[in-house]
Amino acid sequence: MRCALWHRFWFAASAAAMVVLAPVATADDLPGVSDTTIRIGNISPYSGPASAYSQIGKTIEAYVDKINAEGGVNGRTIELLSYDDGYSPPKTLEQARKLVERDDALLIFASLGTPTNSAIHDYLNGKGVPQLFVATGASKWGDPENHPWTMAWQPVYRTEAGIYARYILENRPSGKIAVLYQNDDYGRDYLEGLRAGLGDQAKSMIVAALPYETTDPTVDSQIINLKASGADIFVNVATPKFAAQAIRKVAEIDWQPLHILNSVSQSVGAVLAPAGLDAAKGIISAAYLKDSSDPQWAEDAEMANWHAFMDNYYPQGDRNSNLTVYGYAVTKTLQHVLEAAGDDLSRENVMKVAASMENVRVPMLLPGITMTTSSTDFFPLQDMQLMRFDGERWQLFGDIISE
Amino acid sequence: MELFTQQVLAGIATGGIYALMALAIVMIYQAIHHLNFAQGEMGMFSAFVAWQLLLWGAPYWLAFVATIALSFVAGVLIERIVFKPLRRAPVFSHLVVFVALFAIFNSLAGFIWDFTIKPFPSPFGTTPLFGAGLIGAHQAGMLVVIAVVLVALFLFLRTTRLGLALRAAAANPESARLVGVRVGWMMALGWGLASAIGAVAGMMIAPIVFLEPNMMLSVLLYGFAGAVLGGLASPGGAVFGGFLVGVLENLAATYVPVVGSELKLPIALLLIVVVLVLRPYGLFGRKPVERV
Amino acid sequence: MSTVTQSKGGERIAAYGGATAIALALALPFAVSGFVTFQLTQVMIFAIAILGLNLLTGISGQFSLGHGAFFALGAYAAAIAIDSFGLHYGLTLPLAALICFLVGFLFGLPALRLEGIYLALATFALAIATPPLLKFSLVEAWTGGVQGVFLAKPAPPFGLPLSDDQWLYFLTLAVGLALYWVARNLLESRTGRALIAIREHPIAAGAMGVDLPAYKTLIFGISAAYAGVAGALSAIVVQFVAPDSFAFWLSIALFVGLVVGGVGWLPGALVGGAFIVFAPNIAEGVSKGLSGALYGVILIVLIYLMPAGAGGLLRQLGLARGPRSSR
Repeated sequence: MRCALWHRFWFAASAAAMVVLAPVATADDLPGVSDTTIRIGNISPYSGPASAYSQIGKTIEAYVDKINAEGGVNGRTIELLSYDDGYSPPKTLEQARKLVERDDALLIFASLGTPTNSAIHDYLNGKGVPQLFVATGASKWGDPENHPWTMAWQPVYRTEAGIYARYILENRPSGKIAVLYQNDDYGRDYLEGLRAGLGDQAKSMIVAALPYETTDPTVDSQIINLKASGADIFVNVATPKFAAQAIRKVAEIDWQPLHILNSVSQSVGAVLAPAGLDAAKGIISAAYLKDSSDPQWAEDAEMANWHAFMDNYYPQGDRNSNLTVYGYAVTKTLQHVLEAAGDDLSRENVMKVAASMENVRVPMLLPGITMTTSSTDFFPLQDMQLMRFDGERWQLFGDIISE
Repeated sequence: MELFTQQVLAGIATGGIYALMALAIVMIYQAIHHLNFAQGEMGMFSAFVAWQLLLWGAPYWLAFVATIALSFVAGVLIERIVFKPLRRAPVFSHLVVFVALFAIFNSLAGFIWDFTIKPFPSPFGTTPLFGAGLIGAHQAGMLVVIAVVLVALFLFLRTTRLGLALRAAAANPESARLVGVRVGWMMALGWGLASAIGAVAGMMIAPIVFLEPNMMLSVLLYGFAGAVLGGLASPGGAVFGGFLVGVLENLAATYVPVVGSELKLPIALLLIVVVLVLRPYGLFGRKPVERV
Repeated sequence: MSTVTQSKGGERIAAYGGATAIALALALPFAVSGFVTFQLTQVMIFAIAILGLNLLTGISGQFSLGHGAFFALGAYAAAIAIDSFGLHYGLTLPLAALICFLVGFLFGLPALRLEGIYLALATFALAIATPPLLKFSLVEAWTGGVQGVFLAKPAPPFGLPLSDDQWLYFLTLAVGLALYWVARNLLESRTGRALIAIREHPIAAGAMGVDLPAYKTLIFGISAAYAGVAGALSAIVVQFVAPDSFAFWLSIALFVGLVVGGVGWLPGALVGGAFIVFAPNIAEGVSKGLSGALYGVILIVLIYLMPAGAGGLLRQLGLARGPRSSR
């Protein structure tokens, strides 16, 4: 025991010495910003069950390379630190703390996922660190009153579901609806949004709603049961693999409902083509981004720029996936905010600039769709447009719908 | 009643997936008396190799055979390179190496081929067989493949000297060595065969679930369940177990309200644990004799 | 070649090592940043869970691939007790221990009729079934369903001059040391010896009148309680529980931590905890696209270098005591 005490003293002494020797940051320094650099943090699931979504993080890195190669933002290069959380919320908190406390990042940008962002929501707001343009569509990210440091980017899942509800009420007011949804926050948000949009009709119109787990090998059994419910409208709230399985199975068992597909899975190349273009004919969806695999944009200038970017900075990236388009557009939005903030790169000002976008348009948004925010509106993208798949390409129809 | 028939048929179709996986599991269990957690990922990787060969223009059956051969060699190499030096390590360490292999194959596939789903061709076509898509041509073809693999595996394990030597090496390595069985190479052979069957499973499953790096995770779990349910020593039992899991899962989801659809997986697992407790060595297994 | 060859020197080194480790643990949070303190707290939390696994695996020779389920149960028990019933967070630790002990005991009753691979599968099934059960809509009022439960961060009590991070660190350290002490005494007790007897020769132990099922079930319950306490601490430290925090991968990680630390060597739990927290960080530091593959490679290299984990390596060097290896 004497020994232990001695050791304790020794260690306490050396510990004290280490504290004294540790470098101390000066108070006037802006976190994450120097005359030549801006340090930005990102957290993505590079490993684990959601690793498919890491393409967003990889695209962000590639686009930041492009910004830097072209001279940076107002003369500063962006130093992007992108960490892996494996889609595990405790790990997200660890990585966010590393970015804020060790790496001194100016802000956390486009971190992916609802449960993961939930784990750092209070931490970042407590610290006053911007949690900017989170890559998830839950409704809680636009709550400036309680969480003034967190801002959404993409249209909220509930908004999109509301658009479908309105479409159904207008076009099939006596229809019976069957819903397939992923059993997590994303799937349940769509279901809630659909119910809210249908209002009093929800109870009588939705005749079946079946969940699937991401551990299910197929959703065949669910589709058979949904057809057996007698529904003539099918709302497909599934991620690409399961959405494609559902599209194929619906055709296989000769069910011909009005098929509404959520925007997560509307990629022609990554979902509809694998499922079978014929089987996908007639599907309706709502979009805010251009689909890189849709032939209607083949001659589009923005699309050409995107392809040039992919060629030069992310050649191994997957062009069929809409995640690479997403990563490109969201980083363009960050670039806009940083440029507009000019030399005042304090966290407060960055947040203020992000909250005063007025009809800002970044490439790859559908024509006519823009971003607007204010001190009470932290949802940059709220517009979408309906479209129908004609067996080859999406045909946009109707007006741009905003909530 | 129509719904019941449809769900049973759909259950048999997915059960076929589990059955194929279960066969690979039985094979590796016969050789090393372990469950290989990386079995599914290896099958997935094989399917990607086949996909790549097809992309390069190989005809289907050539790619099929080449992939099986490559997978066999890869299985043997894994045993020789990774596990041979660990022969004396505790069993827990082997389990951890399975986990490591799982992570390696999964991550490599995502790195090389991306995560976007890819359609995988079926040699049997995709047309529905009996109207209304009750069961597709591919599913029917897969049942034939299962039967072929099952019979081949059974004959190999039960009637050939090599199969006997392989089982002896796993069951009692010391005695097997004394009668001249090369135990180490038997294990390598077992790895090769299991990984070849895994490749067949991968190529049969990919057309159904779509090819992507995570496609085998759940299939492996259900395959385990099927194999253990039927008995790890019995190829026929494992196939039966696979089908049983597929059908039970669908019926539970259809006829047990709320609980059935949300807790489909836990219910299937609960059933398996119950069966195991009642029959600890599977429906068709026997308790091994132990001596003190 | 077992416990008997324990040298006096080895014992002394172990004692010195233990004293040094405790002293280091007490001083560390004053020497490192709040973020590192948080990481170290995570390491200790995983170590507590692995300690429980070590009791089960190292001592009764059985193993579980499902302790993530008990970790989750403990975390949710704590979160719900604090959030819905206003219980003080300190009291949630014994609560989580009790609940997990009971559930572990009840699960152990039937499951322990299974052996080896069959038990592995049964426990693994538990790990896989956990997220859907946590999301189940009928219990959503308490579990928060897919959204999870948020908690406030506890401040240090009695006006202690510590930061929140340091306080949670010392709380975890205290709980960990207490549980370590319990585990050691369990080992040395009559029960412990009986359990080790079971491990070496199950049938012989039965013949000698050691009541196998009772001890096995008991140790399973205790081991589940350890995981539960770790889960409760994790909920308090992370301030958030959600089904995605407890995917089956957590159970696998705990098992990997157990093996890397060394089966049967209790201090190895810390090595295992450190591996769970830091190995993925090292892997992603080398390459993000291949971080999973690198994690696997690191794991294989470690197993090559120390086939029986850190504990096995130290035993070979004569620096640690305990049974040599597991069968």
